[in-house]
Amino acid sequence: MAAPKKAAASTPQDKADGGPPPEFTREQELKALRDMLLIRRFEEKAGQLYGMGAIGGFCHLYIGQEAVVVGMQMALKEGDQVITGYRDHGHMLATGMDANGVMAELTGRRGGYSKGKGGSMHMFSKEKHFYGGHGIVGAQVSLGTGLAFANHYRGNDNVSVTYFGDGAANQGQVYESFNMAELWKLPVIYVIENNRYAMGTSVSRASAQQDFSKRGASFNIPGKQVDGMDVRAVKAAGEEAAAWCRAGKGPYILEMQTYRYRGHSMSDPAKYRTREEVEKIRHDQDPIEQVRNRLLAAKVSEQDLKAIDAEVRDVVNASADFAQHDPEPDAAELWTDVYR
Amino acid sequence: MPIQVLMPALSPTMEKGNLAKWLKKEGETIKSGDVIAEIETDKATMEVEATDEGTLGRILIPEGTADVAVNTPIATILADGESAADLAKAPAPAKQEKAAESAPPAAAKSEAPQPKAAPSAPQPVAEPDPEVPAGTEMVTQTIREALRDAMAEEMRRDGDVFVMGEEVAEYQGAYKVTQGLLQEFGAKRVIDTPITEHGFAGVGVGAAMTGLKPIVEFMTFNFAMQAIDQIINSAAKTLYMSGGQMGCSIVFRGPNGAAARVAAQHSQDYSAWYSHIPGLKVVAPYSAADAKGLLKAAIRDPNPVIFLENEVLYGHTGQVPKLDDFVIPIGKARIVRSGGHVTIISWSNGMTYALKAADELAKDGIEAEVIDLRTLRPMDTETIINSVKKTGRAVTVEEGWAQSGVGAEIAARIMENAFDYLDAPVTRVSGKDVPMPYAANLEKLALPSAAEVVEAAKAVCYR
Repeated sequence: MAAPKKAAASTPQDKADGGPPPEFTREQELKALRDMLLIRRFEEKAGQLYGMGAIGGFCHLYIGQEAVVVGMQMALKEGDQVITGYRDHGHMLATGMDANGVMAELTGRRGGYSKGKGGSMHMFSKEKHFYGGHGIVGAQVSLGTGLAFANHYRGNDNVSVTYFGDGAANQGQVYESFNMAELWKLPVIYVIENNRYAMGTSVSRASAQQDFSKRGASFNIPGKQVDGMDVRAVKAAGEEAAAWCRAGKGPYILEMQTYRYRGHSMSDPAKYRTREEVEKIRHDQDPIEQVRNRLLAAKVSEQDLKAIDAEVRDVVNASADFAQHDPEPDAAELWTDVYR
Repeated sequence: MPIQVLMPALSPTMEKGNLAKWLKKEGETIKSGDVIAEIETDKATMEVEATDEGTLGRILIPEGTADVAVNTPIATILADGESAADLAKAPAPAKQEKAAESAPPAAAKSEAPQPKAAPSAPQPVAEPDPEVPAGTEMVTQTIREALRDAMAEEMRRDGDVFVMGEEVAEYQGAYKVTQGLLQEFGAKRVIDTPITEHGFAGVGVGAAMTGLKPIVEFMTFNFAMQAIDQIINSAAKTLYMSGGQMGCSIVFRGPNGAAARVAAQHSQDYSAWYSHIPGLKVVAPYSAADAKGLLKAAIRDPNPVIFLENEVLYGHTGQVPKLDDFVIPIGKARIVRSGGHVTIISWSNGMTYALKAADELAKDGIEAEVIDLRTLRPMDTETIINSVKKTGRAVTVEEGWAQSGVGAEIAARIMENAFDYLDAPVTRVSGKDVPMPYAANLEKLALPSAAEVVEAAKAVCYR
């Protein structure tokens, strides 16, 4: 992937300046590293469990995109809502949802966040303000706009962070939502995770306007392209967008330029791109390696970093263990939660 | 010869209106396009423009006259060269009482049949409503007013309730159901949306997931097809998919079914569609009292509720109990008329045919028991089965199509639960298996009729 650069034809609202993002403190670097590592190791483990048959159905891994959700989360405050599509495990972990509960949902066990009834694509946590986990491409954009509507209605200063991909960005209801969000000045950050492929269709084959930060231009929604592989850039952009929303100025679009290393789902052989393409990005831009290298350059010891690795592996291994040994839901659960 | 100005039909379902105001006086010159009068329909106040030129010769219907039937002569216009003396050639001024009573004039009467039952008189109700305490004072209201009051009462009661949809606020509702809500509750709680069914249904569901209680109005349920993904995939399934953590209390409401002469894309009954879906409740009232009590229940319900109204019924009046808090539980059918020979089961506007048929059948000595389902999901199977055990015969009546319809479901439940009590096969009266045609005669043929219900009831009674 080419280094993200300023949009060729700059819009007035495009504030990308091309300069380096603000530096993180050591604590921020360590937190970002830990949170991204947790997602990567968790997803690797999920892929492994899928291969063993412990996880069924569709399973969409977030590997490669970790900086987006971790950086955004660092820009939010308590009460801000998060909603996304079906590539959602990373978002759940980033909002602080328990790895055991997420993994047990993947294996369809009673200790899962949805008691085993939702699966990979449908998990929620009221406590962590995570509103799913939605399997219909683009549906979460209207729903996320509704979360922002609720903030506006209640008069609080929370923000709805509504994630969707470059594929969903072509759905009609996205633009219906953009229109209402700007019309009513709703506090919503639309985070477009442009990982360059909507399943097997590259952005260039599906999108007339490939600069997703401009997708709100006809509604006067400001937008910005962000290096979604650099957690610092993500956090800075997220803070800017959140401040815009909290000031009552309406929605904001962030196009996160990112990349998924794995196939669309576990059953995707990813023949639509070359191995070299993937390898080059992993080598040059990996979001976790970027942080690790900065920390090493700042004289953090290998040992300290290994301790983080070990802690994360423990969490992930424990979640896999829990998810494989937790019982399946009771048969009576078939009939519960249809109505309340 | 002087030109007659007739009372115009200003909406697909308008049959009469009020002559609110004359803007021209007798003797005034009129040009084509001049606004000569204002007419109030049950939905709006409309201006009447002259289409002819001349002098306003005589006003036949004075301003302030209520319930003037469509096509009644309301004034005469004298052409150039004509004088008041020529007025004698025009028909004499109609006495208003007569105009109000008279059925729509010839053109609309025989050759162009009214596709719907005439409104006005509420259907006789033989059975007292068990939800209403004896001795309760009743007020006469249109269904439209009953629905509006239900929303207003619930909005007064709970600040989390709001209404959104196309034209619900400043326009006062495309069918005037939200009339006055903007004035009472303000723009924060009565929200005009863009024409964006898919989007605003999703916005409503998202807001509901946080605990707000939206009432989402669709101008008609025909347009809700744009939004059906959000209704089914997001609203109906989220509680289950979240293991009970996150559901949504939301009402999707609006007119459903055939209106009049609006053809295939605007005339469809979605009863069967939504009643198919676990996670949704589906309510379809017929009477004004049920409209009010059930809408209040729907707004309070913690689940997504599809509330199917009917445009043809909006102007119908009924007796609504004057109670501080009149709520009818969702999921209970009502026996509207008792009888021992055959059970007729319907809901919403289908009740019009069912009750008329019951009157006809009684003349032939067949006493029909008429059940108004009121709620389609959860369906009150018990009331149906108990009745069929008594009568041994059942006819279902719906405006929707027969295949995979609600009647098919009722028939299956009767078979499963009362097969041994049946003396005849359950028979369905339904909309014909075609898209709704526009032509008045074809439209009438496409819809069920009281005569078809009578025929079906007689057939199952072997008469």
